[in-house]
Amino acid sequence: MSASMQELASAKYQYGFTTDILMEEFPRGLSEDIVRLISAKKSEPAWMLEWRLKAYRLWLRMEEPDWAHISHPPIDYNDLYYYAAPAREQPKSLDDVDPELLRTYEKLGIPLNERAALAGVAVDAVFDSVSVATTFRETLSKSGVIFCPLSEAVREYPELVRKYLGSVVPMHDNYFAALNSAVFSDGSFVYIPKGVRCPMELSTYFRINARNTGQFERTLIIADDEASVSYLEGCTAPMRDENQLHAAVVELVALDSAKIKYSTVQNWYPGDADGRGGIYNFVTKRGACRGRDSKISWTQVETGSAITWKYPSCVLLGEGSVGEFYSVALTNNHQQADTGTKMIHIGRNTTSTIISKGISAGKSDNTYRGLVKILASASGARNFTQCDSLLIGNECGAHTVPYIESRNASAKVEHEATTSKIAEDQLFYCRSRGLSQEDAVGLIVNGFCKDVLKELPMEFAVEAQKLLSVSLEGSVG
Amino acid sequence: MLEIKNLHARIGDKEILKGVNLTVPDGEIHAIMGPNGAGKSTLSYVLSGRDGYEVTQGEVFYNSQDVLALAPEDRAAAGIFLAFQYPVELPGVGNANFLRTAVNAVRRKRGEAEMDAVAFLKVARAAIKNLSMKEDFLKRNVNVGFSGGEKKRNEMLQMALLQPGLAILDETDSGLDIDALKIVADGVNALRSARFAALVITHYQRLLDYIVPDVVHVLVGGRIIRSGSAALALELEAHGYTGLEAA
Amino acid sequence: MAIPGWKRHDMTALPLKKLEAWRYTDLTPLAEINFSEAGLGVAPAALPDLGLPRAVFINGRYSHASTLPMPEFSPVHETGDLPLAQINAESAQAGLTIDVPDGVDAGAILLVSHASGEAPFAVHLRHRIHLGRGASLTIIDIAKGDGLYWHNPVMDIRLEAGAKLAHYRLQDESRAAFGLATIRAHIEAGAAYEHFSAIIGARLSRTEIHATLMGEEAAAHLNAVQLLNREQHGDFTTVVAHRAPCCASRQTVKSVLSGLARGVFQGRIEVDRIAQKTDGYQMSQALLLSEHAEMDIKPELKIYADDVKCSHGATIGALDEDQVFYLRSRGIPEAQARALLIRAFLDDALSAVRHVQARALFEAAIDTWWVSQ
Repeated sequence: MSASMQELASAKYQYGFTTDILMEEFPRGLSEDIVRLISAKKSEPAWMLEWRLKAYRLWLRMEEPDWAHISHPPIDYNDLYYYAAPAREQPKSLDDVDPELLRTYEKLGIPLNERAALAGVAVDAVFDSVSVATTFRETLSKSGVIFCPLSEAVREYPELVRKYLGSVVPMHDNYFAALNSAVFSDGSFVYIPKGVRCPMELSTYFRINARNTGQFERTLIIADDEASVSYLEGCTAPMRDENQLHAAVVELVALDSAKIKYSTVQNWYPGDADGRGGIYNFVTKRGACRGRDSKISWTQVETGSAITWKYPSCVLLGEGSVGEFYSVALTNNHQQADTGTKMIHIGRNTTSTIISKGISAGKSDNTYRGLVKILASASGARNFTQCDSLLIGNECGAHTVPYIESRNASAKVEHEATTSKIAEDQLFYCRSRGLSQEDAVGLIVNGFCKDVLKELPMEFAVEAQKLLSVSLEGSVG
Repeated sequence: MLEIKNLHARIGDKEILKGVNLTVPDGEIHAIMGPNGAGKSTLSYVLSGRDGYEVTQGEVFYNSQDVLALAPEDRAAAGIFLAFQYPVELPGVGNANFLRTAVNAVRRKRGEAEMDAVAFLKVARAAIKNLSMKEDFLKRNVNVGFSGGEKKRNEMLQMALLQPGLAILDETDSGLDIDALKIVADGVNALRSARFAALVITHYQRLLDYIVPDVVHVLVGGRIIRSGSAALALELEAHGYTGLEAA
Repeated sequence: MAIPGWKRHDMTALPLKKLEAWRYTDLTPLAEINFSEAGLGVAPAALPDLGLPRAVFINGRYSHASTLPMPEFSPVHETGDLPLAQINAESAQAGLTIDVPDGVDAGAILLVSHASGEAPFAVHLRHRIHLGRGASLTIIDIAKGDGLYWHNPVMDIRLEAGAKLAHYRLQDESRAAFGLATIRAHIEAGAAYEHFSAIIGARLSRTEIHATLMGEEAAAHLNAVQLLNREQHGDFTTVVAHRAPCCASRQTVKSVLSGLARGVFQGRIEVDRIAQKTDGYQMSQALLLSEHAEMDIKPELKIYADDVKCSHGATIGALDEDQVFYLRSRGIPEAQARALLIRAFLDDALSAVRHVQARALFEAAIDTWWVSQ
């Protein structure tokens, strides 16, 4: 590939700029001292530090999982920075936020100024290891909704945090969850009180900026009885030649009749056309439907990252609870994605739906991996799964690895999977109506993903559609 | 004006068109009839630029533009519209979205302003009414689950919205009942003007009862072997193609 | 002729559950048993006959009850990496060896493996089937027995261009036995391997088939029904590798589970970069007839070519009570209604068996199973 073509390919990633700002970083590497430093930096209570140290010691004894269909050079965990934050004091209000940061988010299309912000969306902006701003907090607090950085919640709402943190994703769950439990820096905390419908969409925008720095955010969302909330998550990072680690944990708890809708548009830097650089995205996301008739719905559009390893899951405990997973995963160039979900049916009459659309282009590998498990207690459980793969070009791979386990005769499980390509006659039909080759591909791919995209909140859906088309540019021709 | 000069084309090693000469002036409707395997569909695909057909000789000009040098989408923008014999299904792609994307892509290339969703919907609704179609047509996915007749109507709807200068109807009448046939005919007749020409490719004469052609050509063995007035079609209907093949 | 038993191996030779390929089948109960050498055994009074030329193995030895001449047996050179095939290679002393010359239609033959004895013993048969270009053969393969034994046969099949092999297998092992069969088929251009298994017997069984499509327009059809009750564990595992363009594979697997039975289906379709125009289809359906039955399904697609048509489907559920009610309201007794619906459920897989005698054999086995419920 010529140099100019490379520029063209990398120019497609619009969010690759860096923000030049004075940062405070801890020394490289991971040790108990670093864990203590992070905890001290956030003025955490002793119980939180103990929790972190326990996780760290556990992590030391664990091994990186190797079952996913991905490969990468070994990660040197002692060569990373575990804490990086803008050097300025944590701002008390939006007015105190460093203008350079405000400009950064402006450029990313996330104005933090409440007057300019998207109507009806409150934003928590996380920059490397800290939350730099959270909008509309006052509006939200009027209805009793807590929306704040997790580090603040540890200090302000210790009972809630202690009760729920690690209750859905225990620290020993997996290697990356243990690492996150030891060194998590910031993320969002949401509590929706009984009977409250959150009056606006909540959103966290994650930005990795610093070099050689891992991001380990942690998000905890609790919807109390009959509460409901829709939460959006977006993420981008600068273009760099090195690989950067992102190991987040997200825990959702839905109590009686509560509803949580969690939407992600993941657009971390995917690396260049030759596979240099890009984010390693090892994420553990899980929701517990603890209450009767509760519902957790995951929607994800994954177009970024060099490696995506993530399985947003639902543990369906409450009778009649509902889990949903809607996913689009698109890989191009040298990207690798191994993503899917786990639906664990424990309660009676629980239902789950899985719709997964994988698109592989370039030299990428794209795997759907999912588990549907019906325990003996889950009488009347229902699952429907549809996984479709689309291959573009003949150098990529598309894989489907579902695990379907049923121990209850009254449960009903259905699974369908297909693999296809964009048919020549579809392309020709569109082109003979005046669409360019790239527009035709974009249209057909968006059609392929429609069942997932329609689950996204409006503004996100439009964004996601554009992202899919942009991410595929140059893949057909 | 469409001018086809000594057009030879093949699929793989098989030569299908063996020197087609044809001129369709603006304002006229020409029919091409011929037996199965004569090269009718190949001619329509070569004119609209489908892959897999190799032109080995000859030229095609539309309004003095070299058609064969254009990508399919540029042919559409130049005003050439192919109504497919078997319209393609596009799962998940809404008809309204598809139509607006196509109309705006063509308008952009023609240097016209794009239509916003509201303006487009108004135009599309009017066109749908003209074609006696139900409004839910716009909401359905392109051709997915459409009956044969609905697919052909959808082709006519696209034609009405794209406003081509030259329409090529590739056996659009196959598998249609009389009502649907009339709709296709009405679609074409509605566009008749001094600036519109059409090439109606058909196996049967009956479509030509509704779209009366100015000239009828007979394509046999990859060549046009006879041309004449509308009466020629009736003659073919009565006597078949057998007597002509020797000519 | 001594047939070495299990004691020669230590446990590490067995595939353990931590291997992904063995996640649903645990061989610990097998490893806990000391298998000795097989005794001479006695041929049962009524050996399956069907009026076909037959090869009979009793406790791993070629029996005089055979009408086919005793095949020569050459030592096994195992090159694969399947643990059970390796154990088989160390111990196998006999097996069916068939070589059908180019262009010959060898008709149908019957292969019977029977085992019986007092103390636990192991039988490792090694079958080798080679069909020359354009040759064809039907094998009806019946495994039966009494008592506690471990039957660990390996069948290596090689089909040259245009050859056709139909392989119909009835696994009706002793309910106390372990039946672990490995079948490997190498299929050249235009050749076809058609397999059907009825899995009814054994305390714990696994039928593992590796079909490799090596030439254009080769085909592999791997169908099965599993009928399990009490504490039976049945595992049907297939790997179909498409290594050439324009090949087709079809799999329909139906499981009916009652009591505490556990059924497993793992099916992987691999499509190499070169294997354009692959047509791969796989359907796995299970009926759970009792509260405690369990089904685990892992269908898997691994695809590296873009112009392919691959799909799989899976369902797990109970009999449709609305259908049962509908039949009863038309005067059909409940038990018969259920039997009728289960037969209808199995039919998709069974209908692939076109050989009349084989079909009748399976139908009878299914009926017997149902009556025993």
